[in-house]
Amino acid sequence: MTVSIVRFGGSNCDRDAKRALEHLGIDAEIVWHEDGLPADTEGIVLPGGFSYGDYLRAGAMAARAPIMEEVREAASDGVPVLGVCNGAQIGCESGLTPGAFTTNESARFQCEHVHLRVERTDTPWTAAYEEGEVIEVPIAHGEGRYEIADDRLATLEAEDRVLFRYCDEHGEVGPHANPNGSKHDVAGVLGDRDTVAVLMPHPERATLPDVGPTDGQGVLRAFE
Amino acid sequence: MSLADSDRELVVEELGREPTPAEAALFENLWSEHCAYRSSRPLLSAFESEGEEVVIGPGDDAAVVSLPGDDGTYVTIGIESHNHPSYVDPFDGAATGVGGIVRDTLSMGAYPIALADSLYFGEFDREHSKYLFEGVVEGISHYGNCIGVPTVAGSVDFHPDYEGNPLVNVACVGLTSEERLVTAEAQEPGNKLVLVGNATGRDGLGGASFASEDLSEDAETEDRPAVQVGDPYAEKLLIEANERLIEEDLIESARDLGAAGLGGASSELVAKGGLGAEIELERVHQREPNMNALEILLAESQERMCYEVAPENVERVREIAERFDLGCSVIGEVTEGNYVATFDGETVVDVDAEFLGEGAPMNDLESVDVEQPETDLPEVDLEEAFETVVASPNTASKRWVYRQYDHEVGVRTSVGPGDDAALIAVREAEQGLAISSGAAPNWTDTAPYEGARAVALENATNVAAKGATPLAAVDCLNGGNPEKPEVYGGFEGIVDGLADMCATLETPVVGGNVSLYNDSAAGPIPPTPTLALVGAKAGYDAPPLSLAPEADAELLLVGDRGLESGAFDLGGSEYLARFDGTDAFPELPAEPAALVETIAEVADDDATRATHDVSHGGLAVSLAEMVTEEAGLEATLPVSEGEVAGALFHEQPGRVLIQTAEPAAVREAFDGVAPVVSLGSATDDGALALEAEDGTELLETDAGTIDELRSTIEDELA
Repeated sequence: MTVSIVRFGGSNCDRDAKRALEHLGIDAEIVWHEDGLPADTEGIVLPGGFSYGDYLRAGAMAARAPIMEEVREAASDGVPVLGVCNGAQIGCESGLTPGAFTTNESARFQCEHVHLRVERTDTPWTAAYEEGEVIEVPIAHGEGRYEIADDRLATLEAEDRVLFRYCDEHGEVGPHANPNGSKHDVAGVLGDRDTVAVLMPHPERATLPDVGPTDGQGVLRAFE
Repeated sequence: MSLADSDRELVVEELGREPTPAEAALFENLWSEHCAYRSSRPLLSAFESEGEEVVIGPGDDAAVVSLPGDDGTYVTIGIESHNHPSYVDPFDGAATGVGGIVRDTLSMGAYPIALADSLYFGEFDREHSKYLFEGVVEGISHYGNCIGVPTVAGSVDFHPDYEGNPLVNVACVGLTSEERLVTAEAQEPGNKLVLVGNATGRDGLGGASFASEDLSEDAETEDRPAVQVGDPYAEKLLIEANERLIEEDLIESARDLGAAGLGGASSELVAKGGLGAEIELERVHQREPNMNALEILLAESQERMCYEVAPENVERVREIAERFDLGCSVIGEVTEGNYVATFDGETVVDVDAEFLGEGAPMNDLESVDVEQPETDLPEVDLEEAFETVVASPNTASKRWVYRQYDHEVGVRTSVGPGDDAALIAVREAEQGLAISSGAAPNWTDTAPYEGARAVALENATNVAAKGATPLAAVDCLNGGNPEKPEVYGGFEGIVDGLADMCATLETPVVGGNVSLYNDSAAGPIPPTPTLALVGAKAGYDAPPLSLAPEADAELLLVGDRGLESGAFDLGGSEYLARFDGTDAFPELPAEPAALVETIAEVADDDATRATHDVSHGGLAVSLAEMVTEEAGLEATLPVSEGEVAGALFHEQPGRVLIQTAEPAAVREAFDGVAPVVSLGSATDDGALALEAEDGTELLETDAGTIDELRSTIEDELA
């Protein structure tokens, strides 16, 4: 599969995503947003960073870039789309996924390793994990608190579209293990299709064995 | 401030006429202490800056060293201070400090891969210190995170003498190669000078001269216009545009615009090449209307680079700048004549570039040696001493700080902040690059020369504890008003001390920065020699700092002269700072080079389970830091009860704790190099128990309690 990693001005995890995908033997190419998606795109990553400097609102400007129209079309054709961190913010801002990510409860940027509980294993992003498995993945964000209207959250939960929840090392969820105040401890959600997912933690930073834990590999294996 | 009379006379003599207003302003800034090092340059020859791996030493935007045994992979290192701006406007002052040192990296044709910040503030319990601390950390976090360069190392110190003048010292490490390398030396007359980046506005006028005088009491309001405001988004675009320009080999030479703006960068670039320039100031892309020549020449608007480009490549450079939404103007060309600037056809500057850059006369200042203090030790209950020192903001956990820095972007961070040194994977050469940055105000306040030697050894021990061998270092020398003889004496002390120990360790000091006039109504800062030191090792693995819960492994303390001689010098310690006492600064190890080398070897041994450098706060703090919920420690100090305070709290650097499964082999490795003492072994219950040599129980605590003690900063600022 050839994965297109969409680089906006201010993206800064694009190279990291490429390196991580290539480590798993997956072809990946960084695509400058103005150039549009290459015809052979079989998967899409919206990488982390600070697109447009997070000016206005994290992800808001990039969500309105012309390439996002192509991303939405590809997503509706079943092309797997993964938004990570700023990419997750762009995903929600562009309507690919429900809800929004806003300022952390701490009102500060937080870079640390957290634990995630895998909520479903019947999606391409989580097929490599066990149901309820606890994985260690880093976060690095100032605006990662998941927010959504109560009725929409109820629908989201009823439709089982929460992919990952923040938890402690034993898999217990709760305020003690929720790093940013996300509603229902949500760390990642699915879009209308199971092939579209966004998450604030960085699976590409938990893939390369020479610099730390590798629990994030399973997410990226969706592109295999 | 204006051009001093004596300087004006020199300028008039050289030019044979009165300088124009633009020339006078250019001389004032470029001949300032900040740019011309007038009070420090006579001292800086003390540094040994050459070595086998040194490709480019001091004098360029950043230094360049090759990795040992690797022909093509180069590492750049630079360091910069942004002290006065960070007092006036902590957020923007610190943020633009990061921006500046990153552009110094770009101009060597390098990609920035790591940042390290050493920060110094007044006492933590003062509201103003906390305000500055929070603002500076937030500024670094905002800028560094946004541009995608991980902040992996650094230090934070609190000392009452930074009350009126905090320090922000930022180091950047970049990656380049023989093919990519670019310098700030103009190459060829006829080449174009191209300005890429942000539009120029009236911001940061006179920043260089602002940095070269004492901070006045009303600096927070009066000097605000001299502080620039950063735009990290533009910087990130500049990083990527620069990368493309380098990849396509379009750049002949480069210099970033920092102090003294366009006038500084463009004149220094051509002066280094022994050339001149003709610059048409009206061609500069501007953000504000009606700017005059002097403003365009000297504004310190951020995120701008000056490139020398061959005429046939100018169009391509413009295309790349446009692709990244960056402004681009061809402002003139390199010539063989003077440095000439015109504005709407009128010549506003016409001077010899070398005279402008190098013509400032050096100061010959008086100095007084600083005496080491008499011994006057406090009587303190051991438990109280332990709790106070472990919880002191200086030795407490800095997690509150580094959690706000993205320290993993770039996926190279093998060991992040919170350990002795950071370790960055340079996969291009299959080597790990260890980074340690810091100074110790209490040490150099007590004994500038000995304290600075100790700072160098301490940074080297930090990288060695993670198995790396020192490769090169850059320094940031901060001092008060050098016209005060006792301040200049202390400054001389830190320069010589740092230079001597780096020479002993055969670690070339390849670049640096000097910041004087860190002085205010509250008095001068302690002389502060920040050293950012990098070391190299094969691979990216390093022993952890935390103990392994293995009862069979032994914990050894290496290099403690006090334990060897039975006499402990507590001078410069956190213990004396907290309990009001004075003492001489401890003597350093006799064989520091062999010691550092052996530590690096042993750290990488398969039998090594954990390693931790011993320094700030002494053995007490290091032992406390190694204990976790999973692994405790039962240790015996080979001293009598009366010597315990000395043994636990003296801060002689060049010591390391090594947990090893093969203690005999470690003893053998250090035979004839440094003393080795066995302290005990780990347990699996998270308790820390210390006893004296006669079995007297000294202290009993546990990981949870230690964690609470060490959370001083986050408890206060959460």
